Amino acid sequence: MMMGKKFIAVTAALTLTTVGLAGCSKSTSSEGGSGDTIKVGTNLELTGAVAAFGQSQLNGINLAVEEINKAGGINGKKLEVISADNASKKEESTRTATKLITQDKVDVLLGAAISGDTFAAVEVANNKKVPMLTPSATNDSITFDAKKSKLNEYVFRACFIDSFQGKVMADFSAKNLKAKNAVVYIDNSSDYSKGLAKSFTSTFTAGGGKVVAEESYQTKDTDFKAVLTRIKTLNPEVIFVPGYYEEVGKIIKQAREMGIKVPMMGGDGWDAPELAQIAGAENLNNTFISNHYSSEDKDPKVVKFIDNFKSKYNSVPDAMAVLGYDGMYMMADAIKRAGSTDKEKIKDALANTKDFEGVTGKIALDKNHDPVKAAVVLEYKDGKQTFNTKVQP
Amino acid sequence: MNKRFFLGVAISLVFYGVIQALITGEVLNDSYVDTLVIMGVNIILAVSLNLINGFTGQFSIGHAGFMSIGAYVSAILTTNEGYSFPLALLCGCLAAAVAGLIIGLPTLRLKGDYLAIATLGFGEIIRIVWLNNDYVGGASGLNGIERVTDWTWTFFLVLITVVVIQNIVKSSHGRALIAIRENEIAAESMGVNVTRYKVIAFVVGAFFAGMAGAISAHYFYGIAPNSFNFMKSFEILVFVVLGGLGSTTGVIVGTILLTLLFTYLQDFPEVRMIIYSLILILTMIFRPKGLLGSVDVSKFFTKKGGASKDGGTTTTP
Repeated sequence: MMMGKKFIAVTAALTLTTVGLAGCSKSTSSEGGSGDTIKVGTNLELTGAVAAFGQSQLNGINLAVEEINKAGGINGKKLEVISADNASKKEESTRTATKLITQDKVDVLLGAAISGDTFAAVEVANNKKVPMLTPSATNDSITFDAKKSKLNEYVFRACFIDSFQGKVMADFSAKNLKAKNAVVYIDNSSDYSKGLAKSFTSTFTAGGGKVVAEESYQTKDTDFKAVLTRIKTLNPEVIFVPGYYEEVGKIIKQAREMGIKVPMMGGDGWDAPELAQIAGAENLNNTFISNHYSSEDKDPKVVKFIDNFKSKYNSVPDAMAVLGYDGMYMMADAIKRAGSTDKEKIKDALANTKDFEGVTGKIALDKNHDPVKAAVVLEYKDGKQTFNTKVQP
Repeated sequence: MNKRFFLGVAISLVFYGVIQALITGEVLNDSYVDTLVIMGVNIILAVSLNLINGFTGQFSIGHAGFMSIGAYVSAILTTNEGYSFPLALLCGCLAAAVAGLIIGLPTLRLKGDYLAIATLGFGEIIRIVWLNNDYVGGASGLNGIERVTDWTWTFFLVLITVVVIQNIVKSSHGRALIAIRENEIAAESMGVNVTRYKVIAFVVGAFFAGMAGAISAHYFYGIAPNSFNFMKSFEILVFVVLGGLGSTTGVIVGTILLTLLFTYLQDFPEVRMIIYSLILILTMIFRPKGLLGSVDVSKFFTKKGGASKDGGTTTTP
């Protein structure tokens, strides 16, 4: 008897869940693209390992949508954001993209924030023929699959690619810092880090410099003293650490405590307010990063964006927020030029993006759907990013 | 036994037919199919881990490692070597089973906590091997894997897994496994070759974990080492413990519920993990032996106890 009761309870729970699921799907799936709004699905990392990136990007996207809607929308239609969380997981990202397309019937997709999760959604966008734009996934082969030499027709991005950042920093250290030898210290578990290091090394050596050592760490490491001691004895003129802020912050702190005073450099992975807290403001002096934009830029477009962002969210936008904002505007620009929500036309319009004026500069897409645009080099002074120089592609 | 067995299979086939009809009729769209496939993969993982943890009473938490072997081996074979999927699937399963044998022989002499740590270590080693191997794409993993599996593949592989594992459990081998769980020394003194049976359970469990990996790799377009970290192993363990160690039915029900729950909470990212964890805590407080304990649904019909009711866990917590 007892067991019978349990069984009934379980069955009841199952039924309830199923009914709930059906109910839930009904409430989210409405008429689709033919309505009076244009639906933008965002497949972002709102929880999980890189939640900070996804949330920041969503803020940028929401700000852009608010502005566009206030100005009357696109072709008389308002934009509607349907956000979904991929929990920073690959399988989830595939499912999230599928859900947004089939259930919520979005017209276009934005996301994901990092390369791994974006890869998982690329095939969904291609198969379902929905234009997808990732604001910040920098891996070279997301838009153009080099192995199969096949262009992912429906996939675009708003940021420059990994190899470009490595090149920028190599040129910067050779020309501006006049460095002849460098140490590269990479995060061995991150492709982003490896990609930057590879193009840094090849550009730096081609320019007559010498990479005296390549050391590595792993995401979530906390003690870097052993490797830093080794680096110190090599006496390099610059150290290139293309990692994410979490570990980089600790590396800088420990390096400075050990008396390593030479310039340290990295990429946009450093760009998070947490970096100054982890590393300590004065330790960050004499460090340089390549980034998508500078919050000190006096360009009216940048100033206006920062003011609006500050008044809405009460914080200075990081690169992820800017890219989300630019990505949304790029998409809106393409929809406007397409003159309809026809996915085929939006895709063609996106591919023809030229002279698009974004906060991160003037953007044109090349034949691989990758933006050709400038990068800025920022220098940290007392924990604050200051503009150093702008590097054109 | 025979009659019930065929009845179970027949019911499953009807269930399959209904779902397939709903998919064909486009009542269930692709995002439901995604959920069904994830559910199927999770069921295979949980049921196979249950053979090791639930029935044999060995505390293994390296299941994601075996899953990754199946995923990588099958993906390399289809993507880089041009094998057909069924053959690659089989190779993936066998590779995982061989790994299970290699790991199982030395470590299964360990008990409780020690075995848990050894298997955890093994799972991490496998992950780091993939991570530092450029042939399999390093940290970004293998991308651009053709989608081969679908609801049909998943369903029938789940069916095979459940049937095989249930048959092992019901056989004399299964009774030997349960005897080991209940009391290793007593089992040994009755002539059960303890290490041999443990290794068998481990190898079979690894085989099916590899199968789950292969299905998942050929559905989600790509694999990366970080999808197979120890959190994944814990996730599988949670399915098993929540469903009920030593109850195949319980594990299946638990897995379905948890997968649905997780999918559901997708629209509420802020509270997703809180609710998920809360439910786990509540279940463990009110149903410490899992949803169905070590009960098997088939016993409703016979009322004859096979596995003892309170023998759910003899492993150290």
